[in-house]
Amino acid sequence: MSKMKKTQTDKEKTIIMSGNYAAAWGAKCARVKVVSAYPITPQTTVVEKMAEFVDTKELDANYIKVESEHSVMSSLVGSSMTGARSFTATSGQGLLYMTEMLHWVSSSRLPIVTTIASRGIAPPWNIWAEYTDILSIRDCGWIIQFASTHQEIFDSVLMSYKIAENEDVMLPYFIVYGGFTQSHTSKPVRIPRQTDVDNFLPAPPEKGWSHLNLDPENPITHGNLLMPQQEYLDFRFLIHDSMMKSKKTIHRTIKEFKKSFGRDYKGLVEKYRCDDADVVMISYGALAEQNKNAVDTLREKGRKVGSFKLRYIRPFPTEELMELFDSGVKVIGVADQGTAFGSPTGGPISTEVMSLLGSGKRKIKVLPIIWGLGGRNVTVDEQINLYKHLLRLKNKNEYPVDDAFQQGTYWLGLKTGA
Amino acid sequence: MKKDDNKSSNITCPIYKSWRELPHIPVSKGQKGSIGETGDWRTFRPEIDKKKCNKCGICYVYCPDGVIVFKEGSVPEIDYTYCKGCGICKVKCPKKVIEMIQERE
Repeated sequence: MSKMKKTQTDKEKTIIMSGNYAAAWGAKCARVKVVSAYPITPQTTVVEKMAEFVDTKELDANYIKVESEHSVMSSLVGSSMTGARSFTATSGQGLLYMTEMLHWVSSSRLPIVTTIASRGIAPPWNIWAEYTDILSIRDCGWIIQFASTHQEIFDSVLMSYKIAENEDVMLPYFIVYGGFTQSHTSKPVRIPRQTDVDNFLPAPPEKGWSHLNLDPENPITHGNLLMPQQEYLDFRFLIHDSMMKSKKTIHRTIKEFKKSFGRDYKGLVEKYRCDDADVVMISYGALAEQNKNAVDTLREKGRKVGSFKLRYIRPFPTEELMELFDSGVKVIGVADQGTAFGSPTGGPISTEVMSLLGSGKRKIKVLPIIWGLGGRNVTVDEQINLYKHLLRLKNKNEYPVDDAFQQGTYWLGLKTGA
Repeated sequence: MKKDDNKSSNITCPIYKSWRELPHIPVSKGQKGSIGETGDWRTFRPEIDKKKCNKCGICYVYCPDGVIVFKEGSVPEIDYTYCKGCGICKVKCPKKVIEMIQERE
C-alpha cells in the first residue's frame, strides 16, 4: 500500500467513463494484487486500463500477460492460493476457453473476481451484448451477478470481494454486463474516497486464506485424488450449500455498502412497481433497467404492470421469486438474452423460473421470451408490446398469434416476413 | 478404501462422519506413500552403477516422485518401496550409468 503513488488527493470524485473503465476502476480501488490478462473484445479496455494503473504505479499489483484465457485463470489459481486478491476480465469465447479452470477455482474455493463484458458466441462471429457466454457456464460454482448500470459495475467490484472473501462463502464471483451497450458507452461514475473504500473492504488476511495457503515452509498438495467412498460427494454438497447460504452475506454486504456509500442495490433482485401488479416481466442486465420505462408508460395508462430484475442468477433468488408468485400476480413474462438450445423454453432462465413455478399449485401463466440476441436492438416500444402480449394472456387467455411465437416461446424480433 | 487399508499403509487421514465437520477443501500434507507402496507398480527397476556414478545428483533433481535420496558427495540411493520405475533418471543421467532392469515375480 505504501508503494502507491499519490497522484491525487483522496476525495470523492465523479468521472465520466466507459463501463469497462468502471470495472477497472473498481479493481483498482479494491487494491487487487494480481491481474492476469488476455485481451478479447469487448472486454479488452478493462485489462488495458489495469495495465495503465500498474504502469503508472497508481496500483501496486503484479500484472501477468499470458497466452490464453485458460492460462489467465490458471495463473490466478496460483496467485489466489497465496492469499493475493486476484482479478481478471473476459468475454464470449474467452470465457468458454476458461471453463475448465473455472471449476478449479470454485472447487478450490478461491475468491477470484472476474468481470464479463458479455457477447454473442460464434459462429457466426458476434461481439455484441448477449449473455449466452455467462449463462452457459452458470453451473460452475461461481457467484453470478449482473450489473445494469456503469455505477453498479464499479460498486459491484467492491462488494464482490467482500462477499467472495467471506470465510463462510469463499467462492469466486462474476460481475456481468453487456458488451458495447455498457462496456463502451460512457457515463458518470462516482469514485469514493480510497480511505472509505479501504474501511469498507479491508485487505485480505496477511497469512492467506485459512483453508488453503501456498507456503514453501509448509508444503501441501491440493486437488488430490479422492476415491468414490471418500468425501468427493460431500465437498460437492459444500459448494452448493455455501453458494445458497451466501445470500445472507450478499444481503448484509449490500446493506453495509449502502451505509458506507449511500447507494442501495436492494438485494438479489430489484422489483419495480411489482407490488400490485397483475403482469410482471422478469429479466436481467441493462434491458431490465430499460424495461422500467415500458412499465412507467403503461402505468400512466392504468395498466397494472411491473418489472422484476434479477441481479443474481447464482445463487438463484428462489425466495424472492416465490414471494412474487404469491403476490397475486397473474401472468409472468421471462425474457432471456441468451439461449439454451433444446431446453423446455429455449432460454436458460425462463426454464429455471418455470421449474420453480411448478413446485406449487399456482395458476400463473408464463410467457418465455428471447430478446436481444447478438446485440439485436430491443426498444422500449417493443418492450411495451411484450407487456401487451402479457396483458392479452391475462385478460383473454390468448398467447401471441404472430409467427415469432414458436414452441411456446416468443422470439422478439424474429424475422417472419411480415 | 476400506478402513483396514488406512492402517496397513500408515496413512493419517481424518475420517469424517458428517459434511458439517469438513473444511472447505481437502488438502494433503506431505507424507510418505499416501496412496500406498507404489513400488509395486514398477515393471523396470533403475539401478545405478555405483562405480561409474559421478555423484552429480541430476537424477535426484529430475525424479518426479522424490524417491531418490541424494547427499552431496555420495552415490544417490533409490527408494524401491515407492519408485514406480518411470525411467526418467536413466534418460537424464549424463554419465549413462543407470540401467533399467525388468522386474520378475
